[in-house]
Amino acid sequence: MSKTATSLLEVRDLAVHFRVRKGLAASRAVKAVDGVSFDLMAGHTLGIAGESGSGKSTVARTLVRIVRPTGGTIAFDGAEVANLRGQPLKRYRRRMQMIYQDPYDSLDPRMSVLEVIGEALTVRGLPKNQHTGEVERLLGRVNLPVSVATRFPGQLSGGQRQRVSIARALAVNPEIIICDEAVAALDVSIRAQILNLLKDIQRDTGVGYLFISHDLSTLRFMAHRVAIMYVGRVVEYGTSEEVLTNPLHPYTKALIAAVPSVTSRGRLRLKLRGEPPDPGDPPSGCPFHPRCPEAIDECRRVRPDLVAVPGGQSVACHVVFRSRPSVQAPGWPA
Amino acid sequence: MPCGVPFAPERASPRVAGVINLPENEIVPDLVGIEPVVLSQPNFWSRAGKSLLHDPVALCSVLFILLLVVVAVFAPWIAPYNPLREFANGLSEVGAPVAPNSHFLLGTDEAGRDVLSRLIFGARVSLLVGVVATALASTIGVLIGAVAGYVGGVTESVLMRFTDMVLSFPILLFCVALIAVTGPSTRNVVLVIAFAYWTYLARVVRGQVLSLKEREFVTAARTLGVGHFKIIFKHVMPHLMPTIIVYGTLGVATSILIEASLSFLGIGVPLPQASWGGMISEGQQYFQTAPWLLIAPGVALILTVLSINLAGDWLTDVLDATRREIGR
Amino acid sequence: MIGWLVRRFLQMLLVVFGVVSLAFVFAFLVPANPARMVAGPQASPVAVASIARQLGLDRSVWSQYLSFLARLAHGNLGVSFVLEGRTVASEIWGALPYTAFLALGGVIWEIVLGVPTGIIAAYRPRSLIDRATTLGALFGLSAPPFWLGLMLIYFLAYKVSLFPLNGVGHPLIWYMVLPSFTLGVGGAAFYSRMVRTTMLQVLRSPFIEFVRLKGMPERTILFRHVLRHALTPVVTMLGMDLGYFLGGVLIIESIFGIPGVGQLAYNSISTLDIPMITGTVLVAAVFMVVMSFIVDVTYTFIDPRVRLSRAK
Repeated sequence: MSKTATSLLEVRDLAVHFRVRKGLAASRAVKAVDGVSFDLMAGHTLGIAGESGSGKSTVARTLVRIVRPTGGTIAFDGAEVANLRGQPLKRYRRRMQMIYQDPYDSLDPRMSVLEVIGEALTVRGLPKNQHTGEVERLLGRVNLPVSVATRFPGQLSGGQRQRVSIARALAVNPEIIICDEAVAALDVSIRAQILNLLKDIQRDTGVGYLFISHDLSTLRFMAHRVAIMYVGRVVEYGTSEEVLTNPLHPYTKALIAAVPSVTSRGRLRLKLRGEPPDPGDPPSGCPFHPRCPEAIDECRRVRPDLVAVPGGQSVACHVVFRSRPSVQAPGWPA
Repeated sequence: MPCGVPFAPERASPRVAGVINLPENEIVPDLVGIEPVVLSQPNFWSRAGKSLLHDPVALCSVLFILLLVVVAVFAPWIAPYNPLREFANGLSEVGAPVAPNSHFLLGTDEAGRDVLSRLIFGARVSLLVGVVATALASTIGVLIGAVAGYVGGVTESVLMRFTDMVLSFPILLFCVALIAVTGPSTRNVVLVIAFAYWTYLARVVRGQVLSLKEREFVTAARTLGVGHFKIIFKHVMPHLMPTIIVYGTLGVATSILIEASLSFLGIGVPLPQASWGGMISEGQQYFQTAPWLLIAPGVALILTVLSINLAGDWLTDVLDATRREIGR
Repeated sequence: MIGWLVRRFLQMLLVVFGVVSLAFVFAFLVPANPARMVAGPQASPVAVASIARQLGLDRSVWSQYLSFLARLAHGNLGVSFVLEGRTVASEIWGALPYTAFLALGGVIWEIVLGVPTGIIAAYRPRSLIDRATTLGALFGLSAPPFWLGLMLIYFLAYKVSLFPLNGVGHPLIWYMVLPSFTLGVGGAAFYSRMVRTTMLQVLRSPFIEFVRLKGMPERTILFRHVLRHALTPVVTMLGMDLGYFLGGVLIIESIFGIPGVGQLAYNSISTLDIPMITGTVLVAAVFMVVMSFIVDVTYTFIDPRVRLSRAK
């Protein structure tokens, strides 16, 4: 897999550490994100999968600069954005938007749909008297009837609210939209509609998505490339084809095995014991080693780097490379 | 397993064991043509009106307050006499206050002044002090609380420490002490009460802003790039309104009681101006001979504070219901 | 948890320090010339000046502040300007027992009146008893304490000589009944309503239903489960009330002629006895701050959730 020249978003070694006070004077660092790297090409979708505590939501919030990164670089369209402030930050914000998990809390209940989308239009610079027309256009884009504009969020269903959120995000003409578990709270049939809608929008406008989800089958449908996160690190990264149909990392394998399918009968063959560790106190070496059925001695001592397998995806696992004689030098896969 | 997930044609699912199996080409039609289920528009005033009609207690309270406001505003036209005028026939031959009769509906006080007129003008003072002091206290308190809650960091610590310090002084003692510094006058009473009461609002508002800050729609606005001031005014403040209203009504009742206490002690509204507290203070010695001097202003105070408290309760309920209907 | 305790204690000290400073600032704002007051109206300018120097009033604000703090550290609150040669500290110390007695009485009335009525009202909502207590509570909340006190004196001490008219004497308890009742009624009303509301909520909660289904008698449920939840907010506020009362409720003390700290404070304010004002106001505030700290700590023992979050 070669990195194309149109990598819109390049994240390298992103780190987000929080200080949590402990006891009288001491504090410890919670490494929510501990060295994450990935690319997002324009008009493509990158899926980020992981369970709670993996740091995926923190990555999202860091990219839109709600949270400040403590290390690493974020390059958007060639320019470094991790430390922007003031006007440049404002300009950057318009190019990267976000849709949230909770359809009930992401819209201000006291504002009508018109006002909600209008707020975004004002940010874009559109004068108030031109809002109505543009709002109608946006509502049409998300397949909502125009009559919704005068309603309040409390009068809409979850799916309708998410559409409004999408419309709001589209209002500033972003180049990337981060979907932070955007369909997790919706009923399954509605989920399908929203995913379809997102795909249509991507096809029509060329917007890129960073799709965060714990649901691998959704990612299978939506994403071109997938990154699997565990305790703040990427453990496997590649095209969704590679990662989901030919998983290499034991964690990825376990995640996929855990997805019930229509054809699987009897019990699920879950091989995963225990629970994800506390991000404030992760295990040494590879953080997965306590739960890993294939762990070897090195896994406890040395933290594995993300290394490309020739002709395939990148994995952070000692066991994978032990069994492959030809291994590339560590470093970002070309 | 989301069976309903439609499968785009370009992604054929390889049927390899242990891998996600998805049905092919099953497109769920978009339910577009169907009108969204519309709940009735949440309207504060219609709800308020309806609930009032169902709750006689609240209705009486609100009516009483309206009556009070009317009396206070139109005092000079409603009162039968000048409250400061000392009548010759207002005192008996031995110089004692006169009981209620056809001339003086509530009798006279120890200086021969008409009690009813003084009561009416006292309403004016109470309401004026109550409303203005609370409005002032609310403005200061909301400002400080909102800034502390939103900005956080050192600013918040400093502001809250200061608020705590002022709150540590018992409110009446605080007001009395401040009056000693400024001297007793109606204006000073208002200022002193405002200076004592803002702390309660600041505390409450800061707590609310802290939790509002974390709401997702605030995060969404920040992601959009909406400026901080706009966020505070358009998103945070409207959600603070119910709290402000409730504490505001409570504040008016508290202010009225404090003003009455200060006037009772003789350091509030200066005599001979009519105030309910002052009337009670003057009437103390005439317990047995002229009980109406104590009863009239006392009942007035009780009814006023009671009505405000009850109306405040009702308002809280209405606001709560509206809030729940809008959906948080 | 020790960590939290230490931090909270330091925080308390900080607030006390702030309060002390505010009191000092306040002393400066009072519009009276202290030297003249001490010297007396007849004194010559020279005498006034020398007294000013004695009192250290010619020094800079900063140095006065520092010596104020130094004196405070030794428990010296200064000497009264008005009362011949008496120290502020001794006056307050002498008045404190009466105020403490009154404060305690007030809190007891609050508990005795407020809690049972709230419980009964919660168990029989909308009954006659509920409505009666609600009415009583509303009355208690709205009646100005000074008016209520006067009425009580009139009816129970004057018309019917059930209680003494005013002042203090032997047995002290008898003299304290009416004033502490007047003091406690407002709070009792508040607690009654609050206990009622909290209990209604708790009585409806799933875990109480479960315990009932287990077959536990209602009374046991009340004492073992419900009361804990309903009383936690009451305990907090009782502590704060005690702190507030200790600061001297001037009005009650002045109506009933009780020579407590409140009375002291009020007299000092009307005579502009600056050290006394500063002293009483300071003491009142410190009581509040310390009580708030005690309440906070007590909370740790009462509510296990709080205990866990503080142990971290």
